[in-house]
Amino acid sequence: MKAKKFLYSQKTAPYVFVLPFILSFIIFWVYPLISAIVMSFQNIGAITVQWVGFKNYAKLLKDSVFHIALANSFEYMLFTCLLLIPFPMLFAVLMDSNLVKAKGVWKAVLYIPALTSVVISGTLFRLMFSEYKTGQMNVLMTQLGLQTVKWLKIKWTSEIALLLLCCWRWTGVNMLYFLSGLKSIDKELYESAEMDGASGWSKFRYITLPLIRPTTIYVLTISIYAGLAMFLESFMLWAGNSSPNNIGLTIVGYLYKRGIEKDQMGYACAVGVVLMVIGLIINFIQLYLNGSFKKEEK
Amino acid sequence: MKKQLLSAVLSATMVASMVVGCGSTNAPEGSVSDATVTSGSAATSAAAAAASSEASADATSEASAAETSDASAAASSEVQPTAVTTVGNASGTHFEMWSFVEAHNSFYAGMVDKWNKENPDKQIEVTFTTYPYSDMHNKLLMSLKAGTGAPDICDVEMGQVPNIYEGLDTWLYPLDDAMKPYASDMLQSRLAAYKGSDGKQYGAPFHVGATVMYWNMAELNKYGITKDDVDAVKTWDDYTALGKKYIAANTADGKYFTSADTGGTDWMWLAMAEYGEDWTGGFDGTANVQLDSVKNMLTMQQEWLKDGVAEVSPDGHVDLEAGYQNILDHNIVSFPKAMWYMSRFINYMPDEKGNWYITKCPVFEDGQKCSVGIGGTGTVVTQQSKDPSLAADFLCYAKMSPEGEQEIWNQLGFDVCNISLWTDDTFAHDKTNQYNQFFQNYPYDVLASIKDEIGTIMTVKISPAINDQMNTTTLNAVLEDSEDVDQALQEAQDAIELEE
Repeated sequence: MKAKKFLYSQKTAPYVFVLPFILSFIIFWVYPLISAIVMSFQNIGAITVQWVGFKNYAKLLKDSVFHIALANSFEYMLFTCLLLIPFPMLFAVLMDSNLVKAKGVWKAVLYIPALTSVVISGTLFRLMFSEYKTGQMNVLMTQLGLQTVKWLKIKWTSEIALLLLCCWRWTGVNMLYFLSGLKSIDKELYESAEMDGASGWSKFRYITLPLIRPTTIYVLTISIYAGLAMFLESFMLWAGNSSPNNIGLTIVGYLYKRGIEKDQMGYACAVGVVLMVIGLIINFIQLYLNGSFKKEEK
Repeated sequence: MKKQLLSAVLSATMVASMVVGCGSTNAPEGSVSDATVTSGSAATSAAAAAASSEASADATSEASAAETSDASAAASSEVQPTAVTTVGNASGTHFEMWSFVEAHNSFYAGMVDKWNKENPDKQIEVTFTTYPYSDMHNKLLMSLKAGTGAPDICDVEMGQVPNIYEGLDTWLYPLDDAMKPYASDMLQSRLAAYKGSDGKQYGAPFHVGATVMYWNMAELNKYGITKDDVDAVKTWDDYTALGKKYIAANTADGKYFTSADTGGTDWMWLAMAEYGEDWTGGFDGTANVQLDSVKNMLTMQQEWLKDGVAEVSPDGHVDLEAGYQNILDHNIVSFPKAMWYMSRFINYMPDEKGNWYITKCPVFEDGQKCSVGIGGTGTVVTQQSKDPSLAADFLCYAKMSPEGEQEIWNQLGFDVCNISLWTDDTFAHDKTNQYNQFFQNYPYDVLASIKDEIGTIMTVKISPAINDQMNTTTLNAVLEDSEDVDQALQEAQDAIELEE
């Protein structure tokens, strides 16, 4: 009887329901987070652990490879945000309009890449962008009468490959986010705007854009995080973590290199903590500028 | 608004707990022992482990091991065994074994049956799991650090040796006693590569990985270069001269004598072994990449690139897709590579059958060593094993006994470390062996002729840093961007010193 009373109690029920989330949050988020911060002040050997204070962070400051990784990740994050917000939004608006036929097919076509594993798509892109003359991109170049290119050995061409892979994979997903945002906009708003003689552009500018802003903020936030945390795409594109002159090295790739390949967990944790701080700062700035911290109007 | 958020969180939790529920209820229904499971799901591996543990005598400890592996698999979504197999006598001692190459596990599985036939009083049963390369080493390292969850026996690839062997006999069981019956027949320089810094033997080798020269005789013959010409190449000067002769005869576009690697250090290792140098400095020394051997090799390669004798390897080295294609297209006609590269011909370039000829590598100066052992797998027994001494006995039997070496050669095509077999006619000149059929000469004849000329480059704590620097920056700077060799090596040295 007691158990039943406990379960039916209005006070305890909410806690029971959120317990699984709280537990997994503490075990898989809070605990690793704290231990990573602790480990970033240590030198972790095979058997011994040694406190080294801020030595790991001091080393990060003059570690030129880390700076390259930082720059690469920033660049990638910036470009993915620039590409993966306007275009999916455009596609979503098109899908929502009457201009497109066979919408289901288009949605599926755009979404299917997201279902493939990065490992497979990365390998396929590596073969496509091979510097050898039989790689698809080089076959294309030859047919256009151009020189073959060592795609993955040059900074800007490899950036194209990475961004293409990223857009190919994520455009469909972001488009779906925007579509669901669009569905929640009241159609009457458009009708009344039409009566007032609003053009297509002004409807988009003054009704669609402001009303899907929550979706835009959400997509921007996850894009910033995903851009900064990118690793697997570059790992697959160069068949490992070593790219010529580190043109494909990202922060997480560097963390992996230090932690796993060189077994320097303490130093890798310092890299991870820096990544987390950067991610937090950028997202706080972004959310602040978007006004997400302002109190909701009642 | 708040209620919406709450309901979203709640439904997410429900979905999450459903997924967890599915995982655990599915587990006991997996496979039975003695069955091969090829699946991407981590739950299946736990299932196979659980199923086999029911059969084994020591069920409780195995079950807990299965749980641990399940938990760690759940923590990292990437860890997905590609195959799980259990073989052997179910009433014998049970072992877990991991590898990153499925062919290795098939080989060990055959050896389990042989072992059980020969040792009726020491029956064993082994569950083999194949993981992707980095996942397996990652999992092994974590479980050794945690002190629980490690397999009894595990393959360790050469590049990962410094990380795994760092725990010495706290983590690993020394093989010195178990390998006594075979040790004197083994190539000592190869055993040395798998010793810990305390001098104890922790790894059992598969192969020597002796570097030899591969020549495309079918293509060379077309341009008037014969086997005699190739055999006459003793030094790198001879090699360069022959290369110039070849490219003068074959003027087609995109045809080269060889290719220089920007993504691999094999050429540098060969040069160091020839001069008897080692850029790692060994266990006690300090790393130094500004060696004469490295300078000479890089300078020579720059000359080749300038004269059109060599190209830069597409994709960075010959052991990737574009490299195979380059060889298949006969764009390059010679290159040095370890003996295990023979299996790449069989697997990826079967059309090349009968075209290729193997010789020893050229040297810089007469009297130098002409080969170096590259790559390899130093299989270890962990201290977490229930019966490490039996596991070590089995491992040494599988990888060092003549019976085992025979299977290594037939199945895997490796140049085995047991020197006594190299000149054994029935072993080395076996007509049914696919490698003997594939090449124009017997690979083991070349091996026997360089028996005392195979150098060793140590793999120590600083090795990953050196390889990383070379493969990402230095080799690209020198070979792609024609940077001055001395300057590039100075930069490399500065970067590596920062690591120490």
